[in-house]
Parts: sequence; structure tokens; C-alpha cells
Amino acid sequence: MEASQEQSFNQPGCTVHVIETEKYKTNTVIVKMRSRLDRETVTMRALLPHVLQSGTENAPSATAFRTALDELYGAHFFVDSAKKGDDHVLTFTIEVANEKYLHGASDLFDQALNVMSDVLFRPYLKEAVFPDSTVKQEKRSLQQRIRSIYDDKTRYASVKLVEEMYKEDPYALPAGGLLEQVEPISPQSLYHYYKKTLAEDTIDIFVIGNVDPQNAAAKIESYFPFEKRSKSLKPKNTSVQVEDIRVIHEKQDLNQGKLNIGCRTSIRYADPQFAALQVFNGVFGGFAHSKLFMNVREKESLAYYAASRLDSHKGFLMMLAGIDQKNYDKTVKIMKEQLNEVKEGNISDLEMDQTKALLKNQLKESADTARGMVELKYHNIAAGVDRPIDELIQAIDAVTKEETAAAAKTVVVDTVYFLSGKEEQG
Amino acid sequence: MNKTVFDQMNETVYHEQLENGLNVYILPKAGFNKTYVTFTTNYGSIDNDFIPQGENEFIHVPDGIAHFLEHKMFEKEHGDVFQEFSSQGASANAFTSFTRTAYLFSATSNIKENTETLLNFVQAPYFTEQTVEKEKGIIGQEIRMYDDNPDWRVYFGLIENLYKQHPVKIDIAGTVESIADITKDHLYTCYETFYHPGNMSLFIVGPVDPDDMMELVRRNQASKEFPEPFPVERRFPDEPSEAAEKHRSLHMSVNTSKCEVGLKMPVSDKTGTEKLKEELAAGLLLEILFGKSAKFYEKSYNEGLIDDTFGFDYTGERGVSFAIVGGDTDEPEKLSERIKAQLMESKEGQHITEESFSRARKKKIGALLRAFNSPEFIANQFTRYQFNGLNLFETVPVLEAMKMEDVISFARTMIQEEGFSSCFILPKESA
Repeated sequence: MEASQEQSFNQPGCTVHVIETEKYKTNTVIVKMRSRLDRETVTMRALLPHVLQSGTENAPSATAFRTALDELYGAHFFVDSAKKGDDHVLTFTIEVANEKYLHGASDLFDQALNVMSDVLFRPYLKEAVFPDSTVKQEKRSLQQRIRSIYDDKTRYASVKLVEEMYKEDPYALPAGGLLEQVEPISPQSLYHYYKKTLAEDTIDIFVIGNVDPQNAAAKIESYFPFEKRSKSLKPKNTSVQVEDIRVIHEKQDLNQGKLNIGCRTSIRYADPQFAALQVFNGVFGGFAHSKLFMNVREKESLAYYAASRLDSHKGFLMMLAGIDQKNYDKTVKIMKEQLNEVKEGNISDLEMDQTKALLKNQLKESADTARGMVELKYHNIAAGVDRPIDELIQAIDAVTKEETAAAAKTVVVDTVYFLSGKEEQG
Repeated sequence: MNKTVFDQMNETVYHEQLENGLNVYILPKAGFNKTYVTFTTNYGSIDNDFIPQGENEFIHVPDGIAHFLEHKMFEKEHGDVFQEFSSQGASANAFTSFTRTAYLFSATSNIKENTETLLNFVQAPYFTEQTVEKEKGIIGQEIRMYDDNPDWRVYFGLIENLYKQHPVKIDIAGTVESIADITKDHLYTCYETFYHPGNMSLFIVGPVDPDDMMELVRRNQASKEFPEPFPVERRFPDEPSEAAEKHRSLHMSVNTSKCEVGLKMPVSDKTGTEKLKEELAAGLLLEILFGKSAKFYEKSYNEGLIDDTFGFDYTGERGVSFAIVGGDTDEPEKLSERIKAQLMESKEGQHITEESFSRARKKKIGALLRAFNSPEFIANQFTRYQFNGLNLFETVPVLEAMKMEDVISFARTMIQEEGFSSCFILPKESA
């Protein structure tokens, strides 16, 4: 694998990771802030990055901010709010052109650091809090974003399954916030939360590009004056015993039914059995040669998509397929049968080889993009392990059929969710 | 093998047209793990009226056939080609657009074997009545999935409004009814006509040795027999310049209304750099009028008329040229009027200033550099440009040389009142 130089620096209040590479025509800075998922703060946390990018002291409105980015050769700035197991992660990304490919541009990387620093440390304030008008607009946008999840039925079905399955668990909380919590947020309460999160979150900053690591780290230290913090977040592993399988049917006026089946496993990202769990997921439903795709789609023509997905930080596995309502029983049956096939070790050499080859390929391909490299690294950080990609690749290679079946045996069906369509479709 | 160096972009492209007519391009990318290869035919959903290879009369084929053919290429007598790619550690895929069908893989190992697999499976059709029938169930579910997707419905609803005759108005996958008529003979006819190497391009991007890869492709192609290259005769109906329908509203099971405004534009006969300038002018105009730093965006966002789903897009393909602007809104009627007004004002020379022009151009250049980090972007866009007689690597220098007047003159000549149409998605009452 192409080695890229990577160095980490412990700095006050944050850890800086610099990946030096010449393969991109841009330089990227990514700031990740992590705290526990919490019903009390989930919606403020989802709102915060949108308010922060709506104006800084140097660019006091969203338009002024966007204009400044355009002038920086269309520097790409975006924010994201996502779950990582039981944690809630905010991500701020800026990607800026490397001036060596342009005529008449200079200092773009420093200017990009300055923009990111402005967003995090010098938001535009009125009477010492976020401006009321900005908070109102961004609350409205957030409400709109939350409401529109309903409109994308494939996504809606996944969100509903998680909500139903993790009723008593913070993991049920959507990283985009809860609709009913948006309205009560005030400029004051949001500002207080901002100060608190800036002081207490576990923060990692990544720099990827044609930069000198020592120099980049020194720049980060001067642009990002985080306060020291006492503790960093450790992974929290809760596990639950499944008693009965819950079945939930919801009806809407749709053409296609969305079947999502949620399962639990006790294996987590940091565990030694993680590689075997990944191989299991690949054999079962991760690829176009997998059992779900071959049996639900290719053999029976029941679906266009039929797959499984794994959130290894939580131990959550979801099977999903888009089907006609009349094929519900048949599809559920096939999916459960295929899970049992893997549990019983009915796995061919070919399935093992194909799965391992594709898992390794995925990992190596991820390392080709700046974001991919950061995500690979951040899996380790969030899970509190230090397992380089090469080591994970070796572990995948070493997984046996017996270990794959053993990993499958930890997977237990918990909840079947079906969003059904019209009766008459056939 | 020709070698072209694009100094400013620090990229080198190797090209050769083989005896059978196939265009092969190789772009070595040092430092990357992944190699990405596309094998693309200049044939898409709009090519439904043509003279089959070896015949004299035009025929008309069922809607959705190019996409159906794409699905069926993967199935062979001995099984599914995905299996072979998986065994060789490659992730394979395909897509069909209005004017192209592309088969592709990405891999970090066995690049030569995977390239051979790609060439061989696309050049060995195997269709039977039984496998064709089986695929109807799968594609039927794909169509139903899109039927429930409001973004897709509003997009195709709008194109159907804009075009009266042109096949761009037909959904790429067709309908459950239209694919019911597809037979294996249709598939062979389309295949023989459009999958001749002379109508195709292979693009390889990744950490490869260009001499080795070119030799592999040469040898692979020399071992197969093809008829002489021939030009494909396609036919498109006459299309009036005005939009076919001014408006339509669709009711779906959604919370949020959507509004998209379409502008149908005249198709110019420009080619090469002039054509590229025209396409870039369209993009710059939309950025100046509707980008996140435009006054339009600020005003509409602050009033609560739009949110961050608001966006715009320009499409220029064989015989079609249109822009689409819009997003989620509570007041589709008001947003639609405002978008039209903004475009009409720009026709009269408003909104396009030196300042907004230079900012939009900078943004576009930065976005292109970012896109050049992506092997997928390079291979797919290079091929699209090549089929249209353009060169992707000219875009940055051409953009740098463009003037505000290019955008003003584009707005003046291309925006016509009669070309406007709108499409709304509205929540269904008590779904």
C-alpha cells in the first residue's frame, strides 16, 4: 500500500493528525468534536454548526461567509452531525485548492485555516450571543431538514427501525436532532451550549495535503487556541439481551414496501473478533456476491436492493430490501434462512475469498481520498484502539470459516420493520 | 500511442485508437492505491430510433432498453460477472445516462485480470428469453423505488414538461409496462448496433504503466473479430423551441413541497472549444444568479422561501440543452416566479457584474481542481467530453480565459420566455 506520512501531535485541548501526501490538488482540514449522545443536547448540537457557519466576525453574514469562500477559489466548507456508536460527532471540513495549480493565487492554506478558526472561535455575535435572526433562520432550516427525512422512504425506514429498536437507548436519537426540541432553543441557550462544547468535547484535527507536518501542527496550535481539558471520551459498550422479535408494520401510500430488519451483535470495532464480523457481513449481505443479493435478488427477483449494513461501534446490523408488499413473508423467510446458513457454517471457499478480496479493496480504496483516510483513522480514535490498516488487512486475511460462523452466531434478530406500499401492486 | 501533457494540471494522458475503432485513454496517477477503469458506449436512453447494424430501415425500440441491456450484460451462461470481479478483488458497477452506458470497476490489485474481464464481458453478450424475463422483476422494483422518490419524480416531471417529442423526456429505466415488451432480440439488435468498438471508449486511471496497459488492450482487442467500424444513424424528432407544458403538480406522500423551474434552451451547432465555452458559460451564469453568495440566495433564504436543498444544474447533451433550478419550499408558486424573474432579468443584462463573474469563475476553478482528485470524475467526465468532441483538461485554461461578456451574451441569446416550465411536488392530503 502507498505509504503516506502521518504524524500525531498532542496539543492543548486537541490532538492534531497530519497526513502528508502529494497526491491531491487540494489541501484539507477536518475538525471533529465528539461528546456523548444525549437527549438533552442532541438538537442544540445538530443546530450549532449551521449557526456557526452563518457568520463570523470577519464575515458577519452567511452571504459574506460564502463570498469569502468563493474568493478563496471556491474553498469547499461543510459541516456534518453524525452518530458514532453512543457518541455524537460534529465535523467541520474545509478543502482548498493548492495554489501551485493556479495562476496568481497564494497563501490559500493559511487563509483556509483562518476561516476554520473564525468559524470555531469568532462567531458573529449580537449582545454577546448569536444573533436572534440567524438562530431563527437556522432553526427553520433544521425543522425542514428533520421533516424531509419522511420524504425519502428508504432513509425513513432505516431511521424508524433504529428508533423502534433502541427505545431506551440514546442510540435511538437522530444526529440531526428532534423536531419538537427545535422551537424552544434560544440564542442564549445555544450560545451557552457552544461555550460548553468548545471547552469539554474531545477534539481531533486532521490536516491532509502537501504540507510539512511540524509546520502544519504549529500553525494549528496558533489558529486553534483550545483550552486544556481534563478527560477525553472513552467508548461505552452497553449490550442488551434480545427476548422476543418485535414486528412493526407501518402503512403509507407508496409503490414499494421497505423491509428493514434490525439485529444486535456483542462484537464491537475494538474487539479481536471484529475482522470475523466484517467477513460475516461481507459473506451475508455486503456485496453483489453475498447471500442476500444472490438469493433475494438474483434467484427470486424479489428486489432491486437486498443487502446488510453494519455499525460496528454499536453492534447494530441491518438487513434491508425494497419489495412488493405481497412478498413480505417470503422475503423475511429467505433473509432469516440465509442468516442461519452462515451461522451453520455453510460458506464456500469462493465466498470467503471474494469477501476478503473486496473488504481489503475497500480499505485500500478508502485511503485514496482525504476524507476516507480520516474516517479510517477516526474509527480507531473513537473506539480507543490503535490498529493500523495493514494490521486489519492481515486480520481479515486470517479469518477462518469457523470464526465467520462464530461471529454470525452473535447476530440476533431484534426488530422487523416494514413500511408497506399499496396492495394492488404486482 | 500519443502522449499529451497538461502542464498546469500536472497530468499526462496517453491515447490510441485501435484498428477496430476503439479509443483507449490511460492517465497514470502516482500515489493512488486504486485503479478505476470505465468501458463506455456512446449510447443511452435517448437513442431509441436508429438504423440497426447491417440494415436500411429505421426502427423504434421500447423505452428503457439501454438500461435493461446494461443490467443483462452482467449475466453469462456460466453465471454472474460480479462473481468474477469479486474473486479478483474488484468492485464492479455500471450506469446508463441519456447518452452513455458505462461499465466499470475499481480495484487495488489484479488490474490486468480485471481489465480483461471488463473488456471480455462487455464484448460477449448472452441473452435468453428466460434471463430477460427474470430481470423484469428486478428492474420493476428499481422503477418502483424511483417512483417513490420525490427528487426523481420532480426532475423527470420537469423534463417531461420541457420536451414535447425528444426522448430525453422518457425515464431512463422506462416503465413497468414498456419493459414488459422487451425481448432478447431487441437486446441483440441494440447491442450489435451500439456496442461496436468504434462507438466505445476505454478509460484507465490509476497507478499503472501506460505501455503495459496499452499492450494488454491491443492484444485483447486483436484477438476478437468485429465488423468494419460504421457510423450509427440515429434519428430524433423535431422539437419545438417552447416548453411542451408550462406546469404540472404531482401529489405524493411527503411533508415538504418541492419546486423546480426548468429552462429549455436552443441547441447550438458549436463544436470544440466554442462548445466548451458555452457549457461553462451556462454553469457560470447559474452560479452568478443562484449561488450561495448571490443576493437571490440571501434574500430568499432569509425570508424562509428556500433552504439548503436549493440548487441548480445544467444539462447539454445530443439535441438537448436545459437548466433546472429549485429545491424544497413552503411556497412553490412564489419561488417559481422569483426564479423566472431572476433569469429574465439576467437576459436584460442585470445581476452579471465583473465582481460576481470573477467570483463564480474562481469558485468553478477550485471545484474543478477538487474534482481532479477523483479518478471517478476524471474517467466519467473525460469520456462524456470526448463523446461531445471536447477535452476535459482544457476546462481550467478555458475558464481562466473567459470574460464576463461570454456570460452576458449566453444569457441574452439562450434565455427565452417560452422555454420556461415548472414542476411541483405537493403533499398528498391525508395520505
